[in-house]
This record gives sequence, C-alpha cells and structure tokens, in this order.
Amino acid sequence: MKISKEKFGQAFDALVAEYQIIAPVITDGDVNYKAVKSFSEVKQNYLNSKLPPKSFLFPQHEKLLSYKKEGKDVTVKNELKVEKTILFGIRPCDAKSMLLLDKVFKNDEYRDPYYYERRDNSIIIGIACNKIAPTCFCSSMGISPASSKGSDIFLVDLGNSYHVEIITEKGKALTAGLQELAELTAEEQALVNTIKSAETPSKVDVSTITAKLDKMFDHPYWDTLHEKCLSCNACSFSCPTCHCFDISEEVHKNEGSRVRTWDGCMAPLFTLHGSGHNPRDKKKARWRQRMLHKFNYFVHNNGDIACVGCGRCIKSCPVNMDIRQAIDGVNKAELVVD
Amino acid sequence: MNSIIDDIRKTARQLLTEGKVDVVIGYEKGSLPLKATPCFVRSPQDVDKLIWDQTCENNLAAFVAKTLGKKAIIAKGCDSRALMVLIQENQVVRDDLYIIGVSCQGVIDQRKIEAETGEIIGASITDEKISVQGMECDKEYSFTDVKDVTCQTCRYPNPVLEDVHIGGSIEVPEQATLFADVIDMENKSDNERKAYFKEQMSKCIRCYACRNVCPLCYCQECFVDCNSPKWLTGGVDSAENLLFQTGRALHLAGRCVECGACSRACPQGVDIRALSRKVNKDVKEMYNHESGLTEEVKPALNVYSTDDPEAFLVKE
Repeated sequence: MKISKEKFGQAFDALVAEYQIIAPVITDGDVNYKAVKSFSEVKQNYLNSKLPPKSFLFPQHEKLLSYKKEGKDVTVKNELKVEKTILFGIRPCDAKSMLLLDKVFKNDEYRDPYYYERRDNSIIIGIACNKIAPTCFCSSMGISPASSKGSDIFLVDLGNSYHVEIITEKGKALTAGLQELAELTAEEQALVNTIKSAETPSKVDVSTITAKLDKMFDHPYWDTLHEKCLSCNACSFSCPTCHCFDISEEVHKNEGSRVRTWDGCMAPLFTLHGSGHNPRDKKKARWRQRMLHKFNYFVHNNGDIACVGCGRCIKSCPVNMDIRQAIDGVNKAELVVD
Repeated sequence: MNSIIDDIRKTARQLLTEGKVDVVIGYEKGSLPLKATPCFVRSPQDVDKLIWDQTCENNLAAFVAKTLGKKAIIAKGCDSRALMVLIQENQVVRDDLYIIGVSCQGVIDQRKIEAETGEIIGASITDEKISVQGMECDKEYSFTDVKDVTCQTCRYPNPVLEDVHIGGSIEVPEQATLFADVIDMENKSDNERKAYFKEQMSKCIRCYACRNVCPLCYCQECFVDCNSPKWLTGGVDSAENLLFQTGRALHLAGRCVECGACSRACPQGVDIRALSRKVNKDVKEMYNHESGLTEEVKPALNVYSTDDPEAFLVKE
C-alpha cells in the first residue's frame, strides 16, 4: 500500500498536537534528528544521520532526580519527563539498535524507568535506505538496508509517495485514521522489490567471531590493534548501540541533582577507580574491551552482537580506525593451541 | 611525489635495518577514499606500506611520547613544530627521535568535497588533480580548491627540525594580512560572535577527539576530567562545551603550532580552530611569539624574566 507524500505530510502535521515528533533535519550541512513541527522540515533523500537517534531514549546528559535540604527537611524530586514521541525516518540500523538497547535497559532483570518510559511512549517509523554509504555493513549484522526489524511502521520512499507497511499493533493504531492508502503500480512494486533486495556492498564475517573471541583474551592480536587509537570517544558517542554511562552528583550548597552522562570505554577515565587504580589503563585493554563487549560479552548476555553495521564509528574516527578491519583481524588471528 | 615516497621508504628501511630505530611512525593507506591512517612500521619488510600524499592529515607528533623505544617520525612543517615544543617542554628525548622531514603542500579538506559530492565512494590523486566519485555526483578538483583551511594560511610548510630532509622545499608566498580570518571574526559584533560560537559549540559532543589528537594536549589529567575541583559538570550544552574549548585554547596559548588537527579530527565539524587562531594572533601581537620555530625560543607563557615590565610577574 502507498500514500502520497502530500497526504502523508498532512497526517504527520496533524500528529504534532499530540506527539513530539523527532525527524531527520539538516543543520549546518549535517543531517541529525531533531524535534520538528511540520513535515516540510523533514530532510528527504538523506543517507543517514551524523549521530544516531539513541539520545531521544537515552540522552547524553540526563537529570535523574534533584534534591533540596531546607532546615531538617529534605525533598527529592523525580526528574523523569516523558512525552508521547514519534521517531520518524529511522534507518534500519538504528531501529535494530533500539532492540539491542532494550536488552540492556528493559529486560526481565532490570528495568530502567528513564529508558523504558520513553521507549514505551515512542513509536518508531522506520524508512528503507534507497542509497547505501560505502561505510554501511548492516547486511552482515542480521538486517539489511530495507529491514523493518524494530520499526512500528516501515516506509519505502518512492519519490512522491511512501510504500507503507504496518509492522506492530502500535503502528496499526497510529495509522488507523489514514484513509488515503492506495495500491502500488507494477512499476512501484518493482522499485520496492529492488530496494528491499539490496544488500550493503561492504560486508564482514561475524559467523564465528563470538566463539573465536572466547579464546582470544590473551591473544597477541591486541598488542598492535590499538596503536593508532587516540582514546577519544568519537566512536562510542556516534554508536547507536553503545550504552555505557556514568552517574554523578552535581551539588551546589544545599541542593543538587543526580545526573547520568554517556561514558565510553575508549577513555581511560571510564575505569579509573577512586583508589587511583585503573584496571584498563592501557589502550590495548580498552580496544580488547570494545571488541569483546560488542562481539562476545553482549552475545553471551543478550543473544545478539552489539553492532548494527551503521558505519558511523568508521566515519567519525579521526585516525581511521575501521571496525571492519578489526573484525577481519580477529577472523585472521591464529589461535595458539596448547 | 613518487620520488618522495621512494626516499621515505628507503630512509625508513635503512634506519630499521641498521637498528638505529625500533619503529618508524608514518602513514599508510586508510580504509576510506582520500584517507591516510597513522602506522607504526617495525620491520624493514613493511616499509612499502608507507605512503606520502595530501591525505596524510594527522599530526604524528601526537604519537611520539606514547611510543616506546627509539623512533623515526615522518614530519611535515607543523609536525616538526609540535616536536620542537614537546622537546622544549621535556616530553620527548631528542636522542630517541629521528625526524624524517618532508615539506608539505597541505592536506585535503574532505568535508569541503563531501559537501558537494556527497559521501566519497572512490577517489584518485594525480599531480594535477583529485578525481572524486561521490554518492551525489562525480567531480574533479585541483588541489588548491580543496586545500584544508589551516594549510591555506600555513607559513611553515618546511620542517623546522629534522635529521634528514626528503624532497624539495616549498616556497612560502608572502601573506598580505596575517590572521585575516581572526580579523573578520573580531570585526563581528558581540552578538554575532556569540551566536556563531553558540551554534558551533552546540554541535560538540565532548568526545575529546580534538584534545586527544592534539600533539600538545598531553596533560596527565585534563582539567575537564578533574573532579576536585570540578571545573565542568558532565553537561553537554553550548555553554559547558565552550568552557571546555576555551579552556583548551588558553592552555595552548603560545604553544599551539596551528596544525589544524583538532578541527579536522572533530566528527561534528565544530570550528575549534577559530578559538586557537585568536589566541595565536594575540600571542603574536603581545609577545611577538610563534611557537615551535627554534629550540632557543621557549613557548611564550613558559618563560619569565626578573626584569619583566609587568610588575605582577615578579613578586618581591
């Protein structure tokens, strides 16, 4: 089924009254997700956003609670603010990343209210990638440039219209009012088929990486992999699946707040103990951690690889560390048999 | 260009074969088009992976202090100036360092290309032109069209400190106005400047790529990481980000060698350089100092004299 962009835009604009709508917009030459008030602000034909949309579920810096002491009275205020939100124009890699973040923040054992309140109040409108960047390798990560996994509604851009697929009940409820759906022409169907069958030209082999990494903690491969890394967090902060954070108190006189801020394993400060001891004080240990967390620990704990192949870390790295090469390196490393 | 890389490889091979150095720090071809990546060559068999062209954009001096053993380093003008400051500040032992100097005609600004061609799929560089195959369109550029903004105003493309020089030298044209970009910024109104930096700083994600790529940001504990006293909150907004970036620019006063690595490293395209350029202009005007040019002249703010005309510097 399809809907013209004109009709879709009208429906979109009508939702602004009820929902906060986050969509890709272009600012200063870069595409990023921002709150919009009208469909006309939405960037069309973008490759992918510079930063992933994860910050709308898991902000980079978030006040969890605030407190105040007056005399003997202490008041504590929960700072969680939730708005009904539509995340529009989410690429398949980022939609999948949200399923992975769910495993961290919204599982049977732990339920992070700040994350899941936002998540439960969000509707994901995914959109297929008509164009594939040279750094994209999602086809190796269990999805594809037109995967609807993780989306509530999934669109394929046909130029003047969208091909619409309703994926979940949430999606169905949102589109219930849409009266303008029409059948695809044969030509449009062919275009949808072409887009849906596309794969990323760039691929990596992760078929045996988890088992291999089980045996590689002490492997000499880690001795050189990290060498040019600068220990910045450009990769972690542009990653849609990286989810490590730090909680700190920001106190001024008799009031303060507890805040949660993104942190990243590439920086030595991440693991620095109060005692001064740092269990991962060397880049070698930190790069090993990055690879093991994404391709081994996360798989053991949550059943999937914590990488969606968006390629943002490759693009954002100031020294061109390429995770695809790091994966190849693991595949090629010879295991020492003892 | 070809003979330069041949000579670089020859020198590297000789140094490694004769055991004069343990490692050669240079550039190899990166995984993306128009991208070189730093490499560490430890065996004579591997020297052929070294490359030299306008994609060699990192300042390799950033790796020197962290690389153990005796090392050779391929140094452009700005890299050599950074090495000079590192030596002056006792961060690097000169005897452990063999500097392979190469004059630099500048590096490519990929962002400028991608703004027109979209994401770069493929590219080739010849002496005459850079041919780019982009997601949106293919385009040919002359190198001057896409030269990084830092390199456009570079006055020191020739290494100032080196053990061997490879290739010819580059003649530096006289610049009518130094710091024309800073003067433009100074001529803006306060509100215009405020709006400009607010917008730029709102893009910063505090990944610290700028700080970590900088050869002269080597503090054991950066002021932003310090929690006692706590100079910054963990907040990531334009005010906090500006405090970080301004603090960093001030810490580099009289030390910054204008390699532009910070701006090129920024994944968000923040105009970090605008701050350091202003500081560099002020240092030039107030102290007639440019950092890292000679061994004798120490960084402007690292020296004092008992007959300093500013009385507050000399406490009785």
